[in-house]
Order: sequence, then structure tokens, then C-alpha cells
Amino acid sequence: MSIIKHGLAAFAAGAIGIALASPAAAAPTKFDFWFGLSGDLARVVDTMCKNFNESQKDYEVVCTSQGNYDATLQNTIAAFRAGKQPTVVQVYDVGTATMMLSGAYKPADKLMEENGYKVDYNDYFPGIARYYATSKGEMLSFPFNSSTALLYWNKDAFAKIGKTEAPKTWEDVGADLQAMKDAGYECPMAINISANESWQLMEQFSAIHNQPIATKNNGYDGLDARLEVNKTKFVQYVTDLKKWYDAGLIKIKSKDLGQDMVQAFASGTCQIILTSVGDHGSVARTQKEGMHWDVAELPVYAGTERKNSLVGGASLWVLSGKSNAEYKGAAAFLNFIHDPKTALFWSTNTGYIPVTKSGFDYMKADGFYDKAPYKGREVAIASLTASEPTDITRGVRLGNFTQIRAEFGTQMQAIFANKVSVQEGLDTLVKNGDAILDRFQQTYPGKTLP
Amino acid sequence: MEKRVTFSKWSIGILFAVPQLLLIFTFFYWPAGQAVYWSLTLQQPWGGGNIWVGLENFRAILSSADYWNSITASLVFAGISTGLAMFIALVLAALTDRQLAGSRLYRVVLIWPYGIAAPALALAFRFILAPEAGFLSVINRMWPGIWDPGLDGADAMASIIIAFSWKYVGYNFIFFLAAFQAIPRSLIEAAAMDGSGVLRRFRDIQFPLITPTIFFLLVINITESFQDSFGIVDIMTAGGPANATNLMVYKIYSDGFKGLDYSGAAAQSIILMLLIIVLTIFQFRFIERRVHYG
Repeated sequence: MSIIKHGLAAFAAGAIGIALASPAAAAPTKFDFWFGLSGDLARVVDTMCKNFNESQKDYEVVCTSQGNYDATLQNTIAAFRAGKQPTVVQVYDVGTATMMLSGAYKPADKLMEENGYKVDYNDYFPGIARYYATSKGEMLSFPFNSSTALLYWNKDAFAKIGKTEAPKTWEDVGADLQAMKDAGYECPMAINISANESWQLMEQFSAIHNQPIATKNNGYDGLDARLEVNKTKFVQYVTDLKKWYDAGLIKIKSKDLGQDMVQAFASGTCQIILTSVGDHGSVARTQKEGMHWDVAELPVYAGTERKNSLVGGASLWVLSGKSNAEYKGAAAFLNFIHDPKTALFWSTNTGYIPVTKSGFDYMKADGFYDKAPYKGREVAIASLTASEPTDITRGVRLGNFTQIRAEFGTQMQAIFANKVSVQEGLDTLVKNGDAILDRFQQTYPGKTLP
Repeated sequence: MEKRVTFSKWSIGILFAVPQLLLIFTFFYWPAGQAVYWSLTLQQPWGGGNIWVGLENFRAILSSADYWNSITASLVFAGISTGLAMFIALVLAALTDRQLAGSRLYRVVLIWPYGIAAPALALAFRFILAPEAGFLSVINRMWPGIWDPGLDGADAMASIIIAFSWKYVGYNFIFFLAAFQAIPRSLIEAAAMDGSGVLRRFRDIQFPLITPTIFFLLVINITESFQDSFGIVDIMTAGGPANATNLMVYKIYSDGFKGLDYSGAAAQSIILMLLIIVLTIFQFRFIERRVHYG
């Protein structure tokens, strides 16, 4: 049904485009799309761009990788200040609050409406849409590459301790780790405590347990929100991780130590990791010959009513100050990406999940989730849709969140190196994080989040 | 008939200096002025409303424990790495200056490291010093956890000092060697004939004569350790663990570019600039007195 609808909308838009452009329709309208993915993923984006350009004659998108998310935002800001910004840009989840206050964008929903596209916003998974929507539900940017965190477990190691299922509670995890250690496994579980892992350690954990990261509903209700992770269930989580680390049940694995946790899991060195569903493809490609593994939802503490996990990844923003012709192209491009067929192409080649229900249904009907390397990825959808998002689990809307994540990494390192206690470390995280939020609020006096 | 165009000395001087002045102004004073202006405002990253806050940015920075930690780390780094790089280079240069077989080869081999770009060098050292897979993994197998730059701040500091010194040994070596070679052979030969040994000749003849070079390298090395350490820190430790290697120059980068706090970063740049100026003045006032320009 919705495919037909999208098809019709695309057809209508195409017709309008041709009607308007036909008198001088020799060369297609070019517009720029800057993105932050690199390597394999950048090649997939390039193919997608090529597919878009070949699907119609009116527009030509020029897709340029800027290397990573940080660089994309930095370069876009520099370009914007110089008046040479791209039309469409991919911005990571944590940049959302900064983007919303930038005044530098054209709301994506208005863009689509002005150009005659009808987008069914209810089609987006609520956990994904609300991360990027205003408090009134307007979609200022469109979700693009989305993921969520999962527990990866080595079935062979679990079989050794007489288990056939992944642990569902953190209490079970503790017992299983000890059992695996006793069975001779050097590294029952691997974690990484760098800044970016804030995403799965702090943010996903808090969402699933319905615990706030900051006041004012994680910042959605005002720039005066302040952190409060030093007094939620998160304290117990860090305490347990530290305890297991001290007992040798958990090892820290990161690239700068020689092996990151995904490699440690795929090679069979470590038996449990928590990481993005986006790594599902990497594990499948690089796993040790004959190893049996699977994914499950992140565990919760016993007695917790599980809530939806958070979306990670990035969304597409359309920047202000471009011509109408370029905006038409951008609208056509967003519409193309929104198409379930594109979702299937995207998910097959990356590991990211579809962002719309219709995309998911299309992929299910296509048998995607029954095929070998992709089997298990549907757990991510189950995790994201475990509940209707609450005021806390719809997302995190804090200014300069990248700096807060950096502070998270710093304090976790201090805690795990025994420089400070868990409580001291988290108190410092809150104190320094609040100073960052304070500064953001001062930079935008009198402004409120849309 | 003689035709003469005359300029007053003043105007011709200005005329020739204009291109240079223009370049200096455009590339040095204008950005520096911009940084001063930014440091007194709160800059919204996307442009638009900039708020004048006076010295508030400086107050915020100077009252942050993280910033003082970053100053301490920078001073420790500058002191140890400069000392190490200069001492090793001096010893090597003194050794290769003597008429040893193969000293030409030594020279070439020792000059090479300076040609390696900081990021490439840092990447190499990251692998060499990786606790599990690297060169030092052997000691880790004997005493687990003894070398852990990923979690131990002192180890991380040691690894960036090693990488930085390694690079500057090459640089310093070139200058020291040139200085040694410039010492008239006759002086040393005369001393040798008088019966003074190698160490005595070094202390009383060579060392005093190369003090201008030592002083020059000291100024350059300290300045560079504050600024050129960026690539090494970014690749090897990214300022971690727990800010142990968050040197001033790296903190400016991460606050300014990753954190989009342009004003805070501008204020930190001003402070770094002042610190380097003060250090340089200090070196010229107090250390240069001991320099013998011959």
C-alpha cells in the first residue's frame, strides 16, 4: 500500500519536476551531499547515489565522504560560514541539538511538503523518529543510517557451561561470566570504555532501564537540563562492570590496545560483547571458522520492565540558503532514500536497520531475515520497538553532547585505572558535563529547542 | 644626460616591504587578532549571534581543573622530551664527529627520522608500543599489566615522549653535528697534543663552542614540543587515558573542533601563545647569559 503511495508521490513529483524544468531541461540540477561514512560504507553510499542519479534525469547528486562524523560537521560549519555549504548533509545523532539551534537548516518535513511529496511520518519507527523530531513531532531531518546496540554471544562457549540461551539479566551475565572463567576462558566478556562507547554503555543502558541521563526529560524540555547519571541505576551498572573487570571476567579491548572488541569476539578470544547491530556484518565476515554465535537484546537488571533501546547513527539535514532547484533535487533524493527498495539495498550492504515499518515489512517479505548472514538482525528492531518510547527513552537532546561523551570516556578511564571510585568518577562526569551544558546554554541565550 | 629617479630611503623601504608586510598581516596578525576577538565572545558555531563576554572565557578556563591538568601535562612533556631529544642527539653527534669508520653512514641514518611525518611516526609507535601485540608485549607476558598505556597515564605519557624525542633526535643531531664540524680542528688537535682526554676536550673546548647551537635548539625544541606534539597525541593517545596526555595544543583542537567551542579554544590559544612568549623571554634572559658566542 505505502509502496504504491510512494510510487505515486514520486511519479507526481517527477511530473512536476519535468513540467517546471522542461523548457531548459538540458543539464540536470546538481546538488551536494556530504556524509561521514568511510571505507566499505562510503562505497555503499556512492552506489546509492549512482542509483539515484540513474533513476531520473532531472537531478544529479554529488556525494562526498568527509571521512567521519566529526569532520563532516566541522567541514559543513566551515563551508556554511563561507556560504559554500552542501545542500544535504549527514549529521550524527549527538549533533541533533546543536543542529536544531543552528538556524542553518530547512526543515525536512517542510521541504517535502513544498515539493509535493507526502511522507507518512507514522511509518517511521517511533524510537527512531522521535530522536530527530521536535517536541511537537515535526521532522527537521530524516533518519538515514540507524542502528541500536545488541549483545553478541558465543554459543560454543555458552554450551561449555551448559547454556543454550543468551543471558537476559545482568545477574545472569555475572554468573555466566564466572562460569566461563571457571571453564578456562581467558576473556569471558570484552568492553571498550572510550568516549564513543558512551552510546551503548550509558545511553542504551539508561533507555532500556527507563533511567534519565539528564533532567528535563533528557534535555527535550529545555537547555537548562543537567546530567544526573551519578544517581541512577547506571551507578550500579558501572560498579558491576568494574567489579567483573577486577575479577578478570571482563577485559578492555580497543584498537589502540591492538585488538578492538569486535575482532576479539569474531576471533573467539572473548565470548560476549555489546555493540551496534551495524557490526553484525563485520562479525559474520571475519568470524573464526566454524564458530557459532548469535545476537540478543541487551540484558536488564532483574525486575526491570524493559523499554525500547535508543537509535544510533545519523540523519540527513537539508541546509538553508540554497536555490529552489537544488531543494527540488534534495526532496527527490530524500524521497528516494525513504523508498523501501532503497532500505533493502542499504541494509543488505551495511548492517544498518530499516528506519520505516514499510521498509522492515518489505525486507521481511523479501525473506531478508531468514538468510544466513542477516539472520538475527531483526533483534535490533525488536529492541528498538520493545515499548512505546517514554519521555526518557525517545532520545537524548543535549547541547555539545560530543564533549560530554568525551568526558564520559575520561572518567571511565579514571575509574577503571583505580584513580577514583565509581561514585567519584560519575560525580566528576556530572560536574564537568554540567559545565559543558551551561556553556552551551550561555552561547544561545533566550533560545529554546524547537 | 643623466636621468635619475630618486626615492627617499623611507619610501623605498616601505615599497619593498609592502608585499611581505601584507603577507605577514594576512597570515599572522589578522588570524591572531581574530583569535583575540573570538576569545572575548561566545561564538555560535554556525555563525549569527555572537555574544560579547569579556574575560569570561579566560575565567572559565583558568578555573577548570582539566585545564590546569593540561598545562601540567604540557610542561612535563616539554621538559622530559626536550631534555631527552637534546641529550641523545648531543651524544650521538659528539660520537659521529670523531673520525670513525662509517661515520658518514651514521650521519645519514640519524638524519632520516626527522623526515618522517608525525602521523606516520605516531602510527608506527602505536603498534610498537601496543601492550598486547607490540614490541613490549613480551614484558607484559612476564609481568601482566606492567605496560598499559591504554589505562595507565604515566605509560601513555612515556609513549608520546618516546615518539616525540625520537623524531627530534634526528633534527637536533643535524644542528649539533654542524656545530661540531665548525669547530677548528687545530683547537682540538692542540689540546690533544697537550695531553687532554676526550671528555676534557669536550667539556672545555667543544661544549663552550656549541652553546649557541644548544641554546637555539632549546628554544626551538621547547616551542615545538608545545605545538608539534599534536599529531603524535592525536594518533597515539587522543589525550587519554583520563586526560593524562591531554596537552594544551590537543585540548585546543578537541574543544574547538570536536566540541565546537570556538571561543574557549581561542582563549586557550591566547594562553598558549602567552606561555610560549614567556618561556622564550625567560630563556633569552636567563639561559642566553651562559651562551658563548665566541
